[in-house]
Amino acid sequence: MSHYLPEGLPAPAPSRDGLDAPYWEGTLSEQLIIQKCNSCKTWLWGPEWICHQCLSFDIGWEQTSSEGIIYSWERIWHPVHPAFKEENLPFIVVLVELPQADNVRMVGNLLGDPKQEIVIGSKVKAVFEKHEDAKNPYALVQWELDQ
Amino acid sequence: MPKRTHRGKTAVVGVGETTYYKRGQSPDAEFKLTLIAIIEACKDAGIDPKDIDGFSSYSNDRNEPTRLAAALGTKELRFASMQWGGGGGGASGAVANATAAIMAGMADVVVVFRSLAQGQFQRFGQGAQMNKISGQMAYTMPYGLMSPAQMFAMRCIRFMHDYDVKQETFRNIAMASYQHAQNNPRAVMNGRPLTEQKYDDSRWIVEPFHLYDCCQENDGAAALILVSAEKAKEFKSPVHILSAASGSEHRAGAPVHNNPTYATSSFTSVAPHLYEVAGITAKDVDVIQSYENFTGGVVMSLVEHGFCEPEEVNEALKLENLLAPSGKIPLNTSGGNLAECYMHGLGLNIEAVRQVRGESSNQVKDVNISMVTSGPMVSPVSSCIFGSEDTL
Repeated sequence: MSHYLPEGLPAPAPSRDGLDAPYWEGTLSEQLIIQKCNSCKTWLWGPEWICHQCLSFDIGWEQTSSEGIIYSWERIWHPVHPAFKEENLPFIVVLVELPQADNVRMVGNLLGDPKQEIVIGSKVKAVFEKHEDAKNPYALVQWELDQ
Repeated sequence: MPKRTHRGKTAVVGVGETTYYKRGQSPDAEFKLTLIAIIEACKDAGIDPKDIDGFSSYSNDRNEPTRLAAALGTKELRFASMQWGGGGGGASGAVANATAAIMAGMADVVVVFRSLAQGQFQRFGQGAQMNKISGQMAYTMPYGLMSPAQMFAMRCIRFMHDYDVKQETFRNIAMASYQHAQNNPRAVMNGRPLTEQKYDDSRWIVEPFHLYDCCQENDGAAALILVSAEKAKEFKSPVHILSAASGSEHRAGAPVHNNPTYATSSFTSVAPHLYEVAGITAKDVDVIQSYENFTGGVVMSLVEHGFCEPEEVNEALKLENLLAPSGKIPLNTSGGNLAECYMHGLGLNIEAVRQVRGESSNQVKDVNISMVTSGPMVSPVSSCIFGSEDTL
């Protein structure tokens, strides 16, 4: 699939301390794999070394459903990075809750018309946007309306 | 009032500022701006700058107390404090830290300062340029979410959604700042009034923020001198610190926008502590300076500090209610971060002091209690309450 945003933005890379490698590996195989506490079974996001509920360090990684709900959104018009040209604007960022993973939230772009009306509460599903030509290939989790 | 209290134990005895400039227009280096502001504050107080023995700042100010103390000929450096956290959330927190140090006997004359020359260093409003990003930012930057306006817009959208807040309410916050700036010769936007039409026609930066919902980027410096209440009696016009509090809500810093209280400005836990120490409620506040990084943050700050219910903001925050001298909640009477200067919010603390002294360019009548809220939506945030002699 094509990329939602222009080339030249910072490319994500797993953190050097090893905290979040399973997430990035998961996205490349089109799986949404996030943290879940092995002790109290709470879903956790973004990645951290300890469970904020039960303070266990025994954190696992599990695949979760790619279904989400729009919790909030914004439409960006003013570029703050030189990669953006006039034709790349505006674009939409959404904050998506995962109801099947304790409502943890993820940030992504909402695919489709950048001027579309956005309704909080709308159902969305994850789409994996692959950047295979990047020096270190990666995939971004994007969201599209679940009709 | 709690048993352990700092109410009335310290006072501001001097305030100082440089000329405020649009970013890039300061003829002076950032460090020199810092020195100018501190020396102006000492002149205002009537003290020798060499007698300062404590420095308190926030947001990783680049101008370290060690260099300042050497440059100013400080006789003895006893306290050097940096409030953790980014943005302006530390402005009133730095006042709190200075108060704590004075009460604890760790220093006698503490300067709270902030200096910024965004023209000489990186601008806050620009995204960082790098090839690769790891850690928390790897979950936001590749989606184009890079600047403070973009980081906070989704909190404001959710707040507007939850309480049916109108864009006009954000506009009122901007209008109040600009209207006050027209009477303030220090204000960068003095002579550049804002109209409803101009606001409505202005471009979106990121929905829900128009251009005029966003703070400026400036060069300048600001400073306040604090001493104990006892020592303050030697000075001409001390303004008393009735309360200063900092902190944030449960897991306010949860990564990737996972803070449980998302549609807030992070003050819901701080405000009760603030009022408990001061022994007052929002009804007692005569005038408020509320940090505008973005107008939506002001609306949430006012709600969380008890000035109105969230369902009432469209009515309660009508423009006429926000204007000095006679509005119900006179707001940002210097022009604030939007229209006076974005000195990371410390200019708001100075304006709050001026209101108690009766020296504001938009003076509210008979001010006894003057409040500041600093850095909404960041973590930690902070607030403080200044009072006249009569409030002690």
